[in-house]
Amino acid sequence: MAKFKIHLLVCGGTGCRASESEALFHNLKATISEKGLENEVQVITTGCFGFCEKGPIVKVMPDNTFYTQVTPADAIEIIEEHVIKGRKVQRLLYENPETKEKVVDSKKMGFYRKQLRIALRNCGFIDPENIDEYIGRDGYMALGKCLTELTPEQVIEIMKKSGLRGRGGGGFPAGLKWEITRASKADQKYVVCNADEGDPGAFMDRSILEGDPHSVIEAMAICGYCIDASKGLVYIRAEYPLAIERLKTAIKQAREYGLLGENVLGTGFSFDIELRYGAGAFVCGEETALIHSMEGLRGEPTVKPPFPSVSGYLGKPTNVNNVETFANVPVIINRGAEWFASIGTEKSRGTKVFALAGKINNVGLIEVPMGITLREVIYEIGGGIKDGKEFKAVQTGGPSGGCLTQRHLDTPIDYDNLIAAGSMMGSGGMIVMDEDDCMVSIAKFYLDFTVEESCGRCAPCRIGNKRLIEILEKICKGEGTMDDLDNLRNLSQVIKDTSLCGLGQTSPNPVLSTMENFYEEYIAHVMDKKCPSGQCKSLLQYIIDAENCVGCTACARNCPVNAIIGERKGVHVIDQAVCIKCGACMEKCKFNAVFIK
Amino acid sequence: MTTIKSLDDLRKIKSSVQSKLALRERSDHPDQLVQVRVAMATCGIASGAKIVMDYMMVELEKRNIESIVTQTGCMGYCYAEPTIEVTVPGKDPIVFGYVDTKKADQIIEKYIKNGELVEGIIPVNYESIDEK
Repeated sequence: MAKFKIHLLVCGGTGCRASESEALFHNLKATISEKGLENEVQVITTGCFGFCEKGPIVKVMPDNTFYTQVTPADAIEIIEEHVIKGRKVQRLLYENPETKEKVVDSKKMGFYRKQLRIALRNCGFIDPENIDEYIGRDGYMALGKCLTELTPEQVIEIMKKSGLRGRGGGGFPAGLKWEITRASKADQKYVVCNADEGDPGAFMDRSILEGDPHSVIEAMAICGYCIDASKGLVYIRAEYPLAIERLKTAIKQAREYGLLGENVLGTGFSFDIELRYGAGAFVCGEETALIHSMEGLRGEPTVKPPFPSVSGYLGKPTNVNNVETFANVPVIINRGAEWFASIGTEKSRGTKVFALAGKINNVGLIEVPMGITLREVIYEIGGGIKDGKEFKAVQTGGPSGGCLTQRHLDTPIDYDNLIAAGSMMGSGGMIVMDEDDCMVSIAKFYLDFTVEESCGRCAPCRIGNKRLIEILEKICKGEGTMDDLDNLRNLSQVIKDTSLCGLGQTSPNPVLSTMENFYEEYIAHVMDKKCPSGQCKSLLQYIIDAENCVGCTACARNCPVNAIIGERKGVHVIDQAVCIKCGACMEKCKFNAVFIK
Repeated sequence: MTTIKSLDDLRKIKSSVQSKLALRERSDHPDQLVQVRVAMATCGIASGAKIVMDYMMVELEKRNIESIVTQTGCMGYCYAEPTIEVTVPGKDPIVFGYVDTKKADQIIEKYIKNGELVEGIIPVNYESIDEK
């Protein structure tokens, strides 16, 4: 039986494969068997190392050597020198670009990694249902430090200095919010955690609550100490049952330990947390609507001011922060404002968690320092576009955001740059689109969502968005005119300017942003009656190529609406008036005779 | 559970937990105690993490491998769920993706028992705050 002493890990990510990592793998294997080392050395391909620019990567275990840009020809040298003689191949070692030193131990080269986990520090590491594991990772130390060593003013000062901005989308400085709420005088104040994550494709907050609920509880208590509130509420959507369960367990454990409740850590500070369930309405992520929903009223927004920090839940000063914002707080207190502020860009400090989804290889939850470029996120961390297709755009900020395109690939991602690029940070959904996605349909998809989710309180949002989607539907059907495009733009502007809350004010963004970046696609739909990506069904025609058709009747038999006419062994024809463009004929044809025009 | 009455109490718990964790790592049988963490967020469970976790618990015991199987939150590798992290004493933790019961069986037989790696390894692609 083989007892392997050395393992060679060859990156099998898409980027490395493109630079011949498979040939390298085979060469390594061949050299090993040539030398008769099959029972001592194992070669295996792994997932992406997230360092595609220096690929192909080979990692040697157990000595943690990290070779970069290894070509298939290097296989022999690695085996002969490193494996047999125990001498590392110097020229293949990674060179630290700052110090120009060769990195021998990959454990000392975390810096190459594009991700840094602060908010997700415990996710996937501790057992979320065991408070001891959280405490073992500095849990509740920040709360202890605040209560025993710092005044609320000092904590707020740390928060302000850290530069932490709201991670729910708006980007309002958290420390400033705490300060304003502290300044409001009242007999009772509230800390609210906004866990009403509603953007399609976003699951950052759910993952934090499921993986590290105590970090949010601890931060809410710290916030309570700062603003002088004894009560915290988590507004969470009922469709997150596991997050709710873990949060409940965590609250119970914290109470049993006396970390929530009366006289926390013998300091006289009292704080407790309750849950409030939302029914999953997008508008309830807006803080005034959220507060009304918690009060048992309809989840409708009201005009600000008054801001919740002055008059919020039950008319009392209320500090609302998002899950991810809270998850950052304990680390900031433990490590200091300067440490946190040293990460990210000047106006956007720290990291941001993104849910990377869509046409990308490594779909997942990532946390990156602010200021990273879209290119790094998509091609390094995300492993590039699926099936080697062309990158087209990425939607950030969900239905309130916009799309970023090729020309934004090298823009550093932070709050202000995204807004300047016509999108926004949002809560952190990132949906990647490739050449096959029709941007008019994408705009329609998001608008569909906002129309569905509009609370109906103000006319611009309720009626305006409905009209917008009607125009988009018309365009997708090939019935649009150039006037429609003007109307689309004007109406969008009016909705933005006149809607009551953030939902309406941002709902036309996907339309405006796709018009701005992909106007030629709109023109193609309107003028040429064509959908360049072949997504808008009304604009395509399935046609049978007379030369390839052998008259097997497979298409006709599978057509659900009997739109295909033709004799056995004769050429078949699709009746365009009847065809519903389901694509069944194309799928069934063995002779590639059906094509799309 | 006793109440924590002061920051010192909290510190004591922290160090006892940490030494317990260390104990776990350097137990009486340092060659044998294997740690398995299963990513059990909604998404992981939906793709079968619970089945894998149950399987690991039952099988490791059946095969007389001293081990601790715990759940944890999302590791972030949605494309490769279910994911598990296996720490064999004296070695670095390794994350395996695309784990079903068949793969779990291979991990036990090949990797845990014999030190042979199996397909589906996901390299660490992030920096943790401990390094920063």
